[in-house]
Amino acid sequence: MSFQPVHFYQTGTFTVGNRLLAPEERSVQANIQRTNSLNSGHRACQGCGEALGARYAIDAAMNAARGRLIAANATGCLEVFSTPYPETSWQIPWIHSLFGNTAAVATGIAAAIKVKRHKGEMGDVRVVAQGGDGGTTDIGFGCLSGMFERNDDVLYICYDNGGYMNTGVQRSSATPPAARTATTMPVGPEPGNAFGQGKFVPAIAMAHEIPYVATATVADLRDLEYKVTKAMGIRGARYIHILVPCPLGWGAASENTILLARLAKETGIFPVFEAEHGEVSSVLKIRRKQPVEEYLRLQKRYAHLFGKKPAVATIARLQAAADKNIRKYGLLDQEAN
Amino acid sequence: MLKQTEGSHAVAEAVGLCRPEVICAYPISPQTHIVEGLGEMVKAGEIGDCEFINVESEFAAMSVAIGSSATGARTYTATASQGLLFMCEAVYNASGLGLPIVMTVANRAIGAPINIWNDHTDALSQRDSGWIQLFAETNQEALDLHIQAFKLAEEVSLPVMVCMDGFILTHAYERVDVPTQAQVDSFLPPYEPRQVLDPTNPVSIGAMVGPEAFSEVRYLAHAKQMQALERIPQLAEQFKSIFGRDSGGLTHPYLLEDADTVVVAMGSILGTIKDTVDELRQAGEKIGVLGITSYRPFPLQNVRDALQNAKRVVVIEKSLAVGIGGVLSTDVRMAMSGLQLHGHTVVAGLGGRAITMKSLRALFAKATRGELEHLTFLDLDWDVVNKQLERERTTRRSGPAAESMLRDVGVIAARIG
Repeated sequence: MSFQPVHFYQTGTFTVGNRLLAPEERSVQANIQRTNSLNSGHRACQGCGEALGARYAIDAAMNAARGRLIAANATGCLEVFSTPYPETSWQIPWIHSLFGNTAAVATGIAAAIKVKRHKGEMGDVRVVAQGGDGGTTDIGFGCLSGMFERNDDVLYICYDNGGYMNTGVQRSSATPPAARTATTMPVGPEPGNAFGQGKFVPAIAMAHEIPYVATATVADLRDLEYKVTKAMGIRGARYIHILVPCPLGWGAASENTILLARLAKETGIFPVFEAEHGEVSSVLKIRRKQPVEEYLRLQKRYAHLFGKKPAVATIARLQAAADKNIRKYGLLDQEAN
Repeated sequence: MLKQTEGSHAVAEAVGLCRPEVICAYPISPQTHIVEGLGEMVKAGEIGDCEFINVESEFAAMSVAIGSSATGARTYTATASQGLLFMCEAVYNASGLGLPIVMTVANRAIGAPINIWNDHTDALSQRDSGWIQLFAETNQEALDLHIQAFKLAEEVSLPVMVCMDGFILTHAYERVDVPTQAQVDSFLPPYEPRQVLDPTNPVSIGAMVGPEAFSEVRYLAHAKQMQALERIPQLAEQFKSIFGRDSGGLTHPYLLEDADTVVVAMGSILGTIKDTVDELRQAGEKIGVLGITSYRPFPLQNVRDALQNAKRVVVIEKSLAVGIGGVLSTDVRMAMSGLQLHGHTVVAGLGGRAITMKSLRALFAKATRGELEHLTFLDLDWDVVNKQLERERTTRRSGPAAESMLRDVGVIAARIG
C-alpha cells in the first residue's frame, strides 16, 4: 500500500485563502468568522469577476464595520444575480432602488443613521453603495458627484467590467477603446469602440478631493481587502473602483478572470493606486511588465485586432495609452524602466 | 396661534411640527420658500434632530428620500413642475417600495414652452404613480394636510403628495392658524416603519419580481389606496377633534342639496368658484360646488353620490390631456357612469392664466342655458390660435410656434390676467 504524504500546499504563501497563517496575517476571507455577506448560490456566470470582487469587498467592509453595515445597490448584474426572489444572497440589510440613484440612496441611508444615532435609537452603522460601471460612470454619475461634493459618509464601490453586461454587453463610458460590444461592433473602417477622451472616474473622484479614492482588481484580493478596510476607517465620501473581468462580455475563458485582471494591471492598462484628498498616495507597482497584446489576445472583444491583417496601429495606440498610465502614475520602479 | 404669513412658510412650519428627520431640498419655483424656511429652521436647531440635505437634482432628492425612509427616518421633500418630472422614476420607485415619504408639489405648468406659473399638469402627470395625492384649497388646508399626510402615509405605508397651487397659495400672505407642538404630537405618533434596513434583522428590499407575483404586488398598492380611501375621512374627523377645524377629507361639497348644476374642481380655484356660485344662488340659480381634496385615491362613490341629483356637471380643471381634453373630468365621468346628466370639461387657468369671476359667470350661464360644449378652453384667444394655424397652413418654415404667438399677443413679459 502506497503512502501518500500530507502536503500543506498553503505553507509559506500569503495566498488569500490561507488559513494556516498566523491569525493577524490571515485575510478576512480566510477567517472562519467571515460573514459571507454575498452568500453562495447566487446566479452569476462562471468566472464572474464582479461576484468575486463584491464578495471580498463587502465581507471586508462588514468586518471593518463589526457587522453593522447597510448596502445600497444599483440595478445591474450584481443586483439581478443576487436577488432572484424568494432567494437572496445578501446576509446584510440591502436595498435596490434604481439604476442611476444608488449614491443618493446611500446618502439618504447615511442621513437617517446620523439622526437615529444622535437620538440614541441606533448604534454606529456604516453605509456602502455599489454598482457596475454603467450605473456609476454613466447613468448614476450625477448622484455620485453630488455625494462626493457633499462628502457624505458613504463608501461607493464601482465594479467596472467595461460595459452594460446585464443588458447584453453594450458600450458604457468605461468601455475601453477598440473593444467590441453589441453597440460598437467590429465593422467599418474603425471597428470596435471609438477612441474617445476616456472617462476614468477614479480621477474624477480625486478631483472632488474626497478623503479616499482607490483602484483595485480581483487579481490582488489582499490589496482589495486592505483598501476596503482602510476606506472603512475613514469618514466622509470614499470611492473604490474595482476592475472585474466579465467572461461573457469580454469573450474570455472563465478560468482567465484572475489572469486578465492581473494582465490589466501588469500592462499598465489599469493603474492600481490609492489617493487621499485628491493626491495619489500609493501605487501598486508593475512586477513584470507585459505588452498589451498579451492582455488583448485573450479576449474575443479584441479579436478583430488580430485578424489576417493585424491592426498594428490600433494596438500601438492601446500600448501608448498603457505607457501613458505607467508614466502618469509611476507604475514602474525607475530601475526597471 | 394665528399668524399672518406666506403659504410656503405656513407649510414649512407644519412640516417642522411633524418632527421630520431627513429633508432633501433642491430649488425649483414655486416651492423654494418652503425648503428655504425648513433649512433655516433646521440650521437654527428648531426642529430637533433633523438632517437637511442640499441635493444636486430632484432625482437625487427623491432618491435620498428613498434611502432615508427605508432606514426608518420620517422624510420630507418638495418640488414642482419640471422637478417632479425629473424625479419621476424615483417617484414611482418610492411608492412601489411602499415608503411613506411626504412631498409638497407646488403646482406649476410643464414646458415647453417653459412657464413658471400655476396649473395642475405636473401633479396630474403622476396620477398613476401610486402616490396618494391631496389638493389643498387654502393655505390653512395646505398646512393641515401636511400634518394629516404624515399620519396617513405612515399608517398605510404609501407616499403622499400634498398639492398646493404655486404662487396663488405658496406666495400668498394669509391668516393661518399654526397648531402647537403638543397638538401635533397628540395627532401624529412617531414613525414606526413596516420595513426597515436594520443590521440586527437584515432584509433585502427592492428585489426583482417577475410575472409570478408582479400583479399581486401591484394589486396590493391598489388595496392600500382603497384603505386610504377609508382612512382619509376618519383622519379628517380625528384632526377636527384635536385642532378644531374641518380640513382634508375626500371632497368638499358646497350647496349641493338641490343643485341642478354642479361645478367640480380642485385647489385654490374653488374659492373663486364658490364666490361666483354665491352670487348665482342669490339670483336664484340652483348651482353647487364639489371640491375634490383626494385625487388619488379618487373617491368614485363619494363623487357619484354628490352628482346623483344634478342635471349637469361642469368640471373646471387646470390641466389638459392633449388629444382627449380633461384629466380630472375623465375620472369624474367614470364616477357618473350610467347617470343621465350632461358632462362638461372646462380647461382653464393653464400656465397661470387667471380664472376670473366674470369668466365663470359667463361660463355657468352658458352651461345652464344648455349651450356649453363638452370641451371648452376658458378665455382662449382664438385670434392668436387661428393666426398661427393660418401661418402654418401657408408657410412650411413657419418658425417656432410659441415665439410667433407671443409676438402676435404683443405683450412684453408675463401677464396672468
